[in-house]
Amino acid sequence: MNGKKIIELRGITKSFDGEVVLDNISLDIYEDEFLTLLGPSGCGKTTTLRIIGGFETPDSGEVFFDGKKINDTPPYKRNINTVFQKYALFPHLNVYENIAFGLRLQKTKMPEDEISRRVKEMLEMVNLRGFERRRVTTLSGGQQQRVAIARALINNPKVLLLDEPLGALDLKLRKDMQNELKGMQKRTGITFIYVTHDQEEALSMSDTVVVMNEGSIMQIGTPTDIYNEPSNAYVADFIGESNIIDGVMLADRSVRFAGHTFECVDGGFDKNEQVDVVVRPEDVDVVAVDKGMLTGKVTSVTFKGVHWEIIVDIDNFKWMIQTTDYVAPDAEIGVYIEPDAIHIMKKSEYSDMFGDYSSFSDELDELSDVDAEGEE
Amino acid sequence: MKRSFMQRAAAAPHIVWSVLFIIAPLIFVVYYSFTDLDGAFTTENIGRLFTSNYVLIFVNSLCLALISTVVCLVIAYPLAYIFSRMKEKWQRVMVLLIMIPLWMNFLITTYSWMTILEDTGIINSLFKAIGLDPVHMINTPGAVVVGMVFCYLPYMILPIYTVMSGIDPKLLEAASDLGCSGWHVMTRVVMPMSLSGVISGITMVFVPSISTFYISQKLGGGTFQLIGDTIESYFVGTAINYHFGAALSLVLMILILLSMAVMNHYSDSEDEGGRRIK
Repeated sequence: MNGKKIIELRGITKSFDGEVVLDNISLDIYEDEFLTLLGPSGCGKTTTLRIIGGFETPDSGEVFFDGKKINDTPPYKRNINTVFQKYALFPHLNVYENIAFGLRLQKTKMPEDEISRRVKEMLEMVNLRGFERRRVTTLSGGQQQRVAIARALINNPKVLLLDEPLGALDLKLRKDMQNELKGMQKRTGITFIYVTHDQEEALSMSDTVVVMNEGSIMQIGTPTDIYNEPSNAYVADFIGESNIIDGVMLADRSVRFAGHTFECVDGGFDKNEQVDVVVRPEDVDVVAVDKGMLTGKVTSVTFKGVHWEIIVDIDNFKWMIQTTDYVAPDAEIGVYIEPDAIHIMKKSEYSDMFGDYSSFSDELDELSDVDAEGEE
Repeated sequence: MKRSFMQRAAAAPHIVWSVLFIIAPLIFVVYYSFTDLDGAFTTENIGRLFTSNYVLIFVNSLCLALISTVVCLVIAYPLAYIFSRMKEKWQRVMVLLIMIPLWMNFLITTYSWMTILEDTGIINSLFKAIGLDPVHMINTPGAVVVGMVFCYLPYMILPIYTVMSGIDPKLLEAASDLGCSGWHVMTRVVMPMSLSGVISGITMVFVPSISTFYISQKLGGGTFQLIGDTIESYFVGTAINYHFGAALSLVLMILILLSMAVMNHYSDSEDEGGRRIK
């Protein structure tokens, strides 16, 4: 992004009851940007959002809004609005009054017909025409969600914070809302800061993704950067599926792993440097044994609709491969990997923790994805 | 849905109880109100109530009950709010502290207030010790209000606290996020949302306040009479007259019913939602 900086976090640290939740976070957020804070529960993404919103004060570090330090500015004086995780609509007010809430608080009293016009406009935008008189408690989750968005956007904030806003919606509605949110952001030109643990959501909506883990930022980049050029094994594993193998960099554009020397597109490492090699499951081609760069035995086959997901044992390392052609369990196969499918990463504290599918099970994967946001 | 015999039988004790101890006494009250000493029908008892003497008693009682209720509300509301925002552990401690006075017999608490407020009581002794003139407190309407507030305050705090602790803190954050200063968070979110607790608190304080007799006798010293005292005087003592006493009770009951109906009307209309809270 090359716009103007709207929010700057400098060296933010925050702990709750002696437990460090944010450890020296620095982040620039630009005007008109759709930025996503992505990470598992407890990574500090919600706390970061709450610090920007003014609901938490950092223990140390500085928050700037439009160049001005706002560490001690209360939420109601910030030109920032929030869409809360469970919407937090006011149950004692109807849809109209919920949306008009912010307007009624303005210093110079706004005439009722102006309020009414703006509320109608907002309802139009979130596709809830005619819902003015409905009680918020009678609305479905998706409708409440829309009211919450309208209520926040009517104040014309410079920045909109969204705390896992789609978490409670079912899959289909979620996809629709993702598109709508992205569309709204483009139309309004408001900076969106979006918190989620859902990597697919992050990749499909954002201009910039910030991957967080245990109170630190792992990587900041565009969705394609994050996916194709993960900075370490943690990011590679968290974003999509990855086979992460120990390798040795023989020279620029030449790497040896799994007992074979591969051509690759990365360079700039020391000669014979130990590295982590990432190969995405969809980038591995299944070929006949005699044509394969590597050969292995299929240990499990799962039908996923779009493709088959197979686990292949190559030299005692279990690879996940996604293929559109059926392969029988226990078959011997060859695999072929294009140079640009190989991504080399420096060794990090996360090496050897991820990227091996030997204990793979769908169920475990699902479990670790379920996020019961335990922060605060 | 048809209920089985056993299901009906299970309700029998309650029905018997209601008939014996709620409906029958009510019928007696009405019966006595409209009969004279010979058991003949009369409206004389009710008529006598509207003489200036008794109207004054009703007005006095109403005023004192209203004042006590307002004082209770003013003290209880901020306290309940503060309690509801405390850590859960402290909330439990606070609720316990509010409950403890309720475990003591209220005659004893009233007697203690006598010794505190007397002309030679604890407060005046204290004043004397630091060289201040004694203040006459006992046997004044003020002393009665103090007694009522002390006895009935928990009944105001508890329902308000219960409702407030059910308000999601996220709503307060949302209000603040949308531009509410601390004061506006109170007036636009906390107050409208805690209204139902306030209504039940008011009812629970106002009703016993208006019908109390013991507090006004002990702390008011008979210098003025409230309805409760008057009713009592017709059932025990020298001037026993069940018929007139019953008439007084009946009117008091109607008065309370009316005030509760007004209260409920307010809480109901707020529940409809969509009303603007100004």
